[in-house]
Amino acid sequence: MAEAFKFELVSPERLLVSAEVESVVIPGAEGEMTVMAHHAPVMTTIKPGVVTVKNASGSEERYVVFGGFADIVPAGCTLLAESAVAVKDVDRADLARRIKEAREDAADAKDDQSRSKAEQFLSQLTTLEGAILPA
Amino acid sequence: MPSLKDLRNRIASVKATQKITKAMQMVAAAKLRRAQEAAEAARPYSERMGSVLANITQAVGGGGDAPALMTGTGKDDVHLLVVCTAERGLCGGFNSQIARHARDHIRRLLADGKQVKIICVGKKGFDILRRDYAAMIIERVDLREVKTLGFVNADAIARKVIHLFNEGAFDVCTLFYSQFKSVISQVPTAQQIIPAASASSAQPETADGASAVYEYEPEPGEILSDLIPRNIAVQIFRALLENAAGEMGAKMSAMDNATRNAGEMINKLSITYNRQRQAQITKELIEIISGAEAL
Repeated sequence: MAEAFKFELVSPERLLVSAEVESVVIPGAEGEMTVMAHHAPVMTTIKPGVVTVKNASGSEERYVVFGGFADIVPAGCTLLAESAVAVKDVDRADLARRIKEAREDAADAKDDQSRSKAEQFLSQLTTLEGAILPA
Repeated sequence: MPSLKDLRNRIASVKATQKITKAMQMVAAAKLRRAQEAAEAARPYSERMGSVLANITQAVGGGGDAPALMTGTGKDDVHLLVVCTAERGLCGGFNSQIARHARDHIRRLLADGKQVKIICVGKKGFDILRRDYAAMIIERVDLREVKTLGFVNADAIARKVIHLFNEGAFDVCTLFYSQFKSVISQVPTAQQIIPAASASSAQPETADGASAVYEYEPEPGEILSDLIPRNIAVQIFRALLENAAGEMGAKMSAMDNATRNAGEMINKLSITYNRQRQAQITKELIEIISGAEAL
């Protein structure tokens, strides 16, 4: 049984999770990472994706986040998400709208740099859509 | 002297008004509670954001790679004012206070020969500022249709501001809103958001130790350039929430006053009404008596 640590998931609107957890999987900008107790201090931005929280009791919860960043210290982990919802509450229409906007952004991009950025964002969104939609 | 019928009508209409103001007060009280809750729920995020930002600013050390949004353009010729007010009136001096604060600021800037651009959030501020500074208002954000303020609303405004900044449309951006102190006191506030004035001046305590050994993924500069725009959105969101709470507080006390005034008016009118009715009765009696005596 792994040691528990403090995890908080905060969106601008409210505090979603504040609990003792065993591990958290965060979709970091440079790859997924699993955070457990006594993790080295890291600060990372996150891409749109699914955060998996494993509670101290063993149950698992999944949240969809759209960008933000994580602040990890040995004592705990704080995830500041631009927008976060539990996977079961995901609004399909909202996700579809975001994808559509991202697609438009990619089409409107003026220079290569912003286009590649927009396209990257779009692909992250579509991956996310694939990940949470029950086949 | 108004007739009895006039008085009766008058009392009835004041009573109706009182009922309306009373209802509005109660609605405002309920909304205030919700707005306060929303403001409180948003607090952890902005607090964390502040501490993380302080940490990372320290890591980057304000070097040459700090994004322009933070260091500014190095000039301060063109000022952008984001004036946040309520969408509705009937809330005492709430809107005019903010507008006056903004107007004083504009006058000062104009006297110094600066150029001023205005973004109005909320209808009332637009209505007030339009009178004197119509030419300077470049954008008007309407939140009338918005039932519950979400982060997306603030994000949309922030995006507009950042877009303008990237186009070089202004050098300094200041946010005007009303700080929610208590139900009866709202303080109009000006807050500079671009360049981020406080980030460098407020040095985080280094005694913390933990901040020194952070690993950053990706590079601190990159995180920072992602963080700063988000921070602007958070600031705007906070301003909007404070405004919403302040508006409801101001409306509540304004409607409370109105209800009380209406009560006083009803009392006064009822006294006049009763006196006049009595006078009429007395007059009729005298007429009857003196008529009987004449026989």
